[in-house]
Order: sequence, then structure tokens, then C-alpha cells
Amino acid sequence: MLEAIEILFTASLWAAAIRIASPLIFGTLGELICERAGVLNLGIEGIMTAGAFSGWLTVYLGGDLWLGVFVAALTGAAFGMLHGFLVVPLGLSQHVTGIGITLLATSLSYYAYRLAFPEVTSPPKIEPFQVVAVPGLADLPIIGPALFQQTPLTYFAFLLVVLVAWFLNQTPAGLALRTVGENPAAAEAQGINVVVVRMAAVMAGSALMGIGGSFITLSAFNSFFFEMTNGRGWICIALVVFGTWRPGKALMGAVLFGLFDAYQLRLQQLAGAVVPYQVFLMLPFVLSIVALIVMSRRVAYPRALMVPYRKGER
Amino acid sequence: MRLEPRPYQPWLLLFLLPVSALAFSVITCSALVMLSGASPYQVLGLMVKGAMGTQFAFLETLTRATPLIFTGLAAAVAFRAKLWNIGGEAQLYIGAVMTVVLGTGLLPLPAPLLVPVLLVAAMMGGALVLALPTFLKTRFGVDEVVTTLLLNFIVILFVSMLLEGVLKDPSGLGWPQSKKVIAEAQLPKLVQGKRLHFGFVVAIAAALALWLIDRRAALGYEMRAVGYNAKAAHYAGIPVNVVLAKTALLSGGLAGLAGWSEVTGLKGNLTLDLSPGFGYTGIVVAMLALLHPLGVVASAIFVAAVFVGADAMSRTAGVPSYIAQVMVAVSLLSMVTALMFTRFRLRWS
Amino acid sequence: MANSTAGERPAVLRLQGISKTFGTLKANDGISLALAGGEILGLLGENGAGKTTLMNILFGHYVADAGSIEIGGKVLPPGEPKAALAAGIGMVHQHFTLAENLTVLDNITLGTESLLRMRSNRAAARVRINQLGNDFGLSINPDAVVSTLSVGERQRVEILKALYREARILILDEPTAVLTPQESAALFETLRRFVDKGLSIIFISHKLNEILAACHRVAILRAGRLVAERSIAGVSRNELAEIMVGRAIPQAKAEPQAVGAAVLSLRAISAGGGRVTLRGINLDVGAGEIVGIAGVSGNGQALLADVVGGVRKPFSGNMLIDGEVVKNVSARAVVARGVARIPEDRHAEGLIGDMSIVENVISESYRGRRFLRLGMIDWGKAKSFAAAIIHDYAVKCPGPDARVRLLSGGNMQKLILGRVMAQTPKLVLANQPTRGLDVGAVVYVHEQLLEARRRGAGILLISEDLDELLALSDRVAVMFRGEMSVPVARDKVNIQELGLMMAGHGLADGTHVDAA
Repeated sequence: MLEAIEILFTASLWAAAIRIASPLIFGTLGELICERAGVLNLGIEGIMTAGAFSGWLTVYLGGDLWLGVFVAALTGAAFGMLHGFLVVPLGLSQHVTGIGITLLATSLSYYAYRLAFPEVTSPPKIEPFQVVAVPGLADLPIIGPALFQQTPLTYFAFLLVVLVAWFLNQTPAGLALRTVGENPAAAEAQGINVVVVRMAAVMAGSALMGIGGSFITLSAFNSFFFEMTNGRGWICIALVVFGTWRPGKALMGAVLFGLFDAYQLRLQQLAGAVVPYQVFLMLPFVLSIVALIVMSRRVAYPRALMVPYRKGER
Repeated sequence: MRLEPRPYQPWLLLFLLPVSALAFSVITCSALVMLSGASPYQVLGLMVKGAMGTQFAFLETLTRATPLIFTGLAAAVAFRAKLWNIGGEAQLYIGAVMTVVLGTGLLPLPAPLLVPVLLVAAMMGGALVLALPTFLKTRFGVDEVVTTLLLNFIVILFVSMLLEGVLKDPSGLGWPQSKKVIAEAQLPKLVQGKRLHFGFVVAIAAALALWLIDRRAALGYEMRAVGYNAKAAHYAGIPVNVVLAKTALLSGGLAGLAGWSEVTGLKGNLTLDLSPGFGYTGIVVAMLALLHPLGVVASAIFVAAVFVGADAMSRTAGVPSYIAQVMVAVSLLSMVTALMFTRFRLRWS
Repeated sequence: MANSTAGERPAVLRLQGISKTFGTLKANDGISLALAGGEILGLLGENGAGKTTLMNILFGHYVADAGSIEIGGKVLPPGEPKAALAAGIGMVHQHFTLAENLTVLDNITLGTESLLRMRSNRAAARVRINQLGNDFGLSINPDAVVSTLSVGERQRVEILKALYREARILILDEPTAVLTPQESAALFETLRRFVDKGLSIIFISHKLNEILAACHRVAILRAGRLVAERSIAGVSRNELAEIMVGRAIPQAKAEPQAVGAAVLSLRAISAGGGRVTLRGINLDVGAGEIVGIAGVSGNGQALLADVVGGVRKPFSGNMLIDGEVVKNVSARAVVARGVARIPEDRHAEGLIGDMSIVENVISESYRGRRFLRLGMIDWGKAKSFAAAIIHDYAVKCPGPDARVRLLSGGNMQKLILGRVMAQTPKLVLANQPTRGLDVGAVVYVHEQLLEARRRGAGILLISEDLDELLALSDRVAVMFRGEMSVPVARDKVNIQELGLMMAGHGLADGTHVDAA
């Protein structure tokens, strides 16, 4: 029992929590941008997979790690463009289209992987991002390893939270994006092109999802294998609700989630004999559902979320 | 460019647009096949031959279609009422769990009793899995898309736990698998010596029953009304939450039947690879069928043919069989687009 | 008013041959119109005449099939709200286009700054909004969230949006629909101040009195065509009415008759959710009586209709229908007791657009013995029921299997009337029963209500249209912030007093009205 509490004060736990949270931060911010503009993007699970694959492939073929991240973002944006085209100007069901995008992005990644590596038994490896310690701060107890001994992509994730929050709340473009998600007719009456803003938001958000996927192959692991996204995308969708569509709260949710996940991994080793390991693996998903229930009462969701906007429709 | 609702839907369009959607997905996938260096004609030929070319191949396609009819119907019935059940996979597995819990010797009944008992038990299991998200939706307004998706992961882990624990077959050489269901629980084969089994008949019967409900029964009317406009349905006095609950039980139950039929008709026992995503593919099947119960049968056979054909083709032509999934995904997206164009038309101005 | 003479000054806006067709409906048919500088031009026409379509074309929400628009001599590119804004057009929509979860300031400044700016200049905007508010008598707190504002305040925000962009031409679409009579008068004052400062205004309305009170000149639309232009000086109300409708307007008339025992009694009903709460509502509606409920939108009328219609359970109090307490309030329970319900929103609540006429007419009664056997619906009987309604209520449609979405508003309302009146109801709940209908359909609905009254049904009529209430009701009550005044007999009602009560003055004391 005491050991279970002691774990909470180990630096490695907190460092792992932030590491686990990093792809979720990208994915959650990406989904949040889409949803604030009124578009649910269930393509996230597949887009993260595609980002993981394309980023990794770029590096495997000799590209720079950051080029890999860039390619992952482009891949995400491309799928985002497809999703956006189908649900924004064409106004198709966001649920069905999103599921379709996930199927498409996932199966395309797997197909391409098998095409490129028909006969491999163990997945090919790359040299991933290395930890960069921030001089001075890295030596602080617990928060040093947690916040200042991470890979560059994690620092980027934290920076993005600030940038996205600033963008949404302080810039005219952010205001346009929010209005399009609240009341597209109001935006149009003020001369904002709803289709353009929504498309841009879905593409930008999907690019972030792609980067989130690339974190898995370029920073957390060093290879690509099947099923490696493993529901992270769906968890991001739950985290957006948990964070009540706000970047800061979404960050807290992601870190909390990462902490919980890291903690259960350690508890597993502690209690492995008594409690089946599956119970621990289940907990993050159960926690997501619980979070959805808890937050359901007081959410101010974007009013036009999932409502297609057809100009001139009567 | 803008979209304008059509005052009526020309029948020619209703036929042509879905056909061109399928043609589009074939063309797209041909391009992908060319990337691998193979000839699309040859690959397509091999796929058709592998899916329908011989009696064996065709029966294999129908066998593969059986669980897809169940999960397709599950998605179709739920989507009609705008209950977004993405959790067919979880419901399938719990249906299978119920089947092996009761069917591996716990109930020593003769076949005419045991088969229907297991069928009902599997339905109840699947229904229960969807009941929770539906309750959360109606009571707390929690989006069922996310909860049913998350439940898929939870249930798979739960099944994994069972298969390494209480349901583990002691004579299974350490593999995480259940015992085989007893002979009385197993479904008869439809063709001597082939894999096609009685579950296919049950699937067709389920489709017919759903069609009848949709056309004639008060429940079908209520489900449609709730799906089209829940607010107006509520205003008219239709008990929206009760209808959603009934829909959930029906939908979850149908997906549970997929698990039952795979275990008792085909595999004999429960393993973690019982379903290669039948739950998810069911959504595509339902959408391709425009949510029509009888259409589900046709589209399930089509999708099964794509998978079976791709497997066969992959063995000979060396093109990764994942092309089948790509094809199904492209079909889904182009089909919903085509469907939209039967209701709207483009105006250039 | 109308002492100034328009037409001599140069036109600031010119519409040339505007046409627009929706499906088979010609919404606009070759309309040409000019607006002079410093003029208030009334655009008069009944619902469905094409006024809103025309203005949506002008503002770029729709693209015209034919015709052109010139502003200050320059052609306006079609289909671009942005171009219309840049050309100095400001539009106050009938249904406000405000994002409710955002602040007043955000709503006003949206789209006025370059999207590439790194930071919005909120401080400057705040100063400017306050300045404009002071100049034009439209003061408002720029940092208030729109959802907390009253309807009148929201309209102020809509107007400020246009002024903030330095609009030269202001278009107001049915701006008084949500206002009390006093607020309307104040709005007309404000409009005059605008033209003094050089703005030009198009004032859209289907209400003759307002056109006469507010405008210099009037253009009249009928069935998509511009049928007349008149100077307000020297035009009579009756003349305008005849031009607008194209024939003499028949007026439904309520004959006096005896009132029977109460068919609806509300006893201390409280209900709620959201911004308004019903508090201790008491009301009796007798057999053969029409009780009208007035009030500015959003003061609890919708809640009241929901409770009486069985769609919402009250948290306390009793509802009696025909003298019996309704224990478990539900839509089915009130329908079973003989309540006919005409909902506020035909599209959202009344009908299911994607279903057929047959499916829609049985939606309240499919559970009954008439249509249901062993859980199966007898579609043959349902179809003949639908056919009977189509015949009896003269519903224009391709047939009983047609989708309801394809019907016009008036025909939808007839369908609803047919569905609910077929069972000779004891109580009719009519919530905004004529909203958005053309004159013919309005008269039809009024006749149906009066016919029900003659048969001895009690009628609870909720309407934002004071003329309608005063024409039909035997007694009138006012709702304000979830409370209801004591109903007053129609011949004792004074419209000024009613307006004051709608604004919340002297509500607690019903005798107030009698004193007038």
C-alpha cells in the first residue's frame, strides 16, 4: 500500500506522465480546433495513424526528424481537407464521414506499409528524437525530469497550448473561428466566409493530429507497427469534452490522463499477481467515460457543432 | 457553387449515383494496385474469381457475409433512429462470451433447446453492452459515439482477461482461448463438408424481420420518427427515450448474434481474433445499404466478397490484402457523397 | 409623418430586374427599385411576398437568377456579404444573427479587423461602441454575453453592428416583431435620427400601421412582384392593404357568446429550465372562450405552451382539463383528454419534414385502436385518414404520400389543424398559429379557431401579434419574466397599457389596466 503512494513521488512517474500526455496534447488541440469551428472530426484515430506512419517513413527514407514531423502534419492536413470537403461544403454526416476517414487513413497506412516492407518480421527502426535537458531547470526535483528533460516534440506540444489559446481568444481569426462554430449565420452576416474558415480549421486541426501521431513513432518509439494508435484518438475526443473545449483545461486533462496511465503501469508491476493486467489497461478508457459523465452537466459546447451550414438553404 | 435541395429524386439518379460511387472506388483502388507494380485488371480478375469464381469461393463469401449481415443490421437499425452505435465490436464479443459461458457444458440441453437459448442469451449480452451508452445519452446527454467507441476497447480487454482467467481452456496449451461449445450448441452446416452454416439463415431471417418492423410495426414508425426529428416526435407524444432504449436493445442484440453465430457456426470457441473488425465493417455495410434491412444483405455479401477476393488475390498476386479495407473505406465515403447528390443538386452561379 | 419628399435626391441604391426562383416558386420576379439618400423606404408585403428573399439577395446571402444591384453607381458583385458590407450596407435580420455565447463586443467587431492581425484591439472597439451608443441612444455594455440580453437589447446590438461598420444603408427586416408598442415607437425615433445623420433606410414590414408611421415612401410586393410604389403622404391604410393582398381582406369576426365551465384550469403552476421560470401561474379558460396571452418573446409563453401541451412536466401546481386533474402530465395524456395542440414551430415540433403526410397525421394517434392491431399499423386506414384531412382542409399537395417538407407553410399549418381538430377537441392550444403565414392562410386559421369556439371548445391563444390577439380574444393576459397578469376582457384593454405591461410595468396588479 505504502509503495503505491511512494510511486507518486518518483520523478520517473511524472516524466512518463508528460511523455504519455504529449501525443494526446497534439491530438486534443487538433480536435478542439475542429470542434470549436463546429466540425466533429472522428477521423482523428486514423489521421494519427497516418501521421505516425508518414512521419516515420520520411525519417526511415533518410529525412530529418523535423522533416518527418512536417510530413506528418501535411498528411494530417490532407486527410483533414478530405474530411472538411465532405462535411463542410457538401454537408455530409460528420459521424459517418469521420468513421470513414479513420478507416481510410488507417487502411491506407497499413497498405502502404505492407507495400514498402512486404517481408519484414521485426519492424525496421529509426533513430528517434533524443531528450534535450533544459540547462538549470532540468535539475529541479520531480518537475525537472517531468517538464525539462523531454524530447523537443513535448516542448513543442506545451508551446502549442499557449499558441492555440492565444489564437482562439486574442486574434480576429480566432474570433472568426469561434463564431463559425457558434452561429455560422452570424459569421456570414459579418462577411466571414464560413466554408473557408471551417475548412482551414479542420485542416489545421488535422495537421496537429498528424503531428500527434508522429510523436508515437518519432519520439515515444522508433518504429511503426499495426494498431499502435490504439484508441488514443478516441481518448482525445473525450479529453476535448473533459476540457470543456478550452486549450488550458484540455492540457490539464491530457496530463492527468498521462499521469493516470503512467501510474497504472507501475501499479501493474506492483499488483500484477493479484489483479489481472487487463484491468489496469481498461482504466484509462473507463476513466474517459467517467469524465464524460461528470462533465456532461456543465458543458458549454459550441452551439453549431455537427450542424452543417448550407448557404442559401431554406 | 452551391447545393440546392431537389424537389424530387429522379429514379435514374437513385440508380446511377451509387453505381458511379462503386466505380469510383474501384478506379481509386486500381491506382493503388498499380503502385505495387501489379496489373489492376489481373488483380480485379483474381479478386472476382477468389470471391465468386468457384462454388467453394462463393460459399466462403456467404460465410464471411453472415456476421456482417448481423453487424450491418445492428448499425442500420440504430442509425435509423440516429443512435450512433459504433460499438458493434464490443457487442459482438459479449454475445460470444454469453455463448461460451452457457454453451460449453453449463446447460446440458438438447440441441433444439440449447440453440435458441444461446441465441437469446447472446442477444441479451449484446443488448446490455449498448444499453449503458444509451442510458448515458438519454440521462446525461453523453455522446454515444465516444462511449461506444471506448467500450470497444474496454470489452476487448475484458474478454482478454476472461480468456486468460475463468474462461481459459485448460487443454488449450496456454493459448488464450475458451473451451469449444458442446455439439448440441453447434449450428448445422448448410452444405455438407463446407463452412457455410445455419447462422446465415438466421441472418436472412433477421433482415426480413427488421424489414417487416420497419414497414409495418409501430416500433418501426417510432424509430423513424425519432431519427428524423426527435423534437417533433416528443411533441407528438412518442416516448423518445423508450424508443431509443428499444432501438438499443435491438441493435445491440443483433450485433451480439454475430458473436453467437461465429462461435457456434464456425469457430467453435472464443478467441481474441474472433472478429477482424466485423463491428466496424458493419457500419460500412449499413451505410452502403442506405440503412435498408434487405439492402444490408446485399451489401454485406458485396463487402464480404471484397475481403474474401482480396485474401485470395493477395496470396497469388502479392498485393497486400489491406487493399480490401481501402476499397471498403473509399466505397463508404463515395457512397455517402453519392447519396447526398440524390437529395441535392449542384448549382453553378 | 412623411413631410420630406424622396425621389428628388439621387439614388444611393438601385435594384434592377431582380429574379430568384426556389424550386418551382418564383420568390422574386423582375423587381426594380431605387432608394434615395436620406430616405426611409418601406418594403411592404405579406408573408411569402418575397421581401426577405430580396433583401437576402441584396446582402449576398442568395444569388439572384437575374438582375443587378448598384450602390452609389457601382455594381455590387453577387453572393458576397463581404462586398455588401464594404459597400456600406448594414442588415438587421428578423432572426438575429448573433453568436449567443460571445460578448457584444466580439459580435460587433467580428470581421472588421484583418484576420492576419496578431491581436484584436478590444480597447479601441470598446470606446467606439460606447461612443456610438451615446450618439444614437443605443447604449449597451460591450462586455455582456449576448445570451444574457433581452430581445430589445439584442436588436440594439444588431443595429450597432451596422453602425460600427459605418453603414450608409440600413435594412431592417420586420424589426418590431419582437418589440412592445412603446419600444417600436422608440425605434422609429431612432430611425429618424439615423436619416438626419445621412443614412438611408429600408424598413421591411407586413404591418401597415408601422409603414405609415415610420416611412417616407413605400414599395409594395405581392407574390414576388413589385406591384406599386407610393409616397406615404396621401396614401390610406385601406389602399395599401388592398394593394398588398390584391383583394379586399376578409376579417374573421368573433361573435359574442356565453362562456361555459372551465375546460382548462392552471393552479399555481411552476415550471422551468433555462433562463425563464414559470412562477405560480393561475388561469382558467372556459368552454367557448378564447383567452389570449400577450408578451414579448422569451417571457415564458413557450414554457406555458409546453406545460399545457404536455411536453414539459411542471415542478409544482395542478393542471385541470375539463375539471379533472391531469396527474401525470404528458403529451399523450393531454391529447387523450381532448387537447388540440398547434405548436409554435411547424418545422421543428409540429411536423417531421422527411416523413410523408400519412405518417405525420397519425403521429398523435397511431397508438389508438383505430390504427394499431397487434403492434402493426394499419396503413390503409392511416392513408384514408390523411386523404380525408387533405380534402376537408383543402391541403394543396401532390398526394398523401408526399413528403411534408415540400408543402408551403400555410399547407403545413392546415395539415396540423386537420390532425388536431379531427377529434372535436375540448381545448385548443394555439401557440403563434399564424406566424409566417400569408393573409389567406391567416384568415383560414382564424376561422378554424372561431369555429372551434362556436362548437364550445376553450382556446388558449398565445401570440406575439397584438392585432391578432385583440381581434380574436375574449380576454387577454400578459406574460413577463415567467409571471402572468390577470386576464382582462377585450373591450377593457388599452393597447398602450398592454405595451407597458409587456415591458414589465404594473404586472402584479391586474386592476391597473381597468383604471385606464
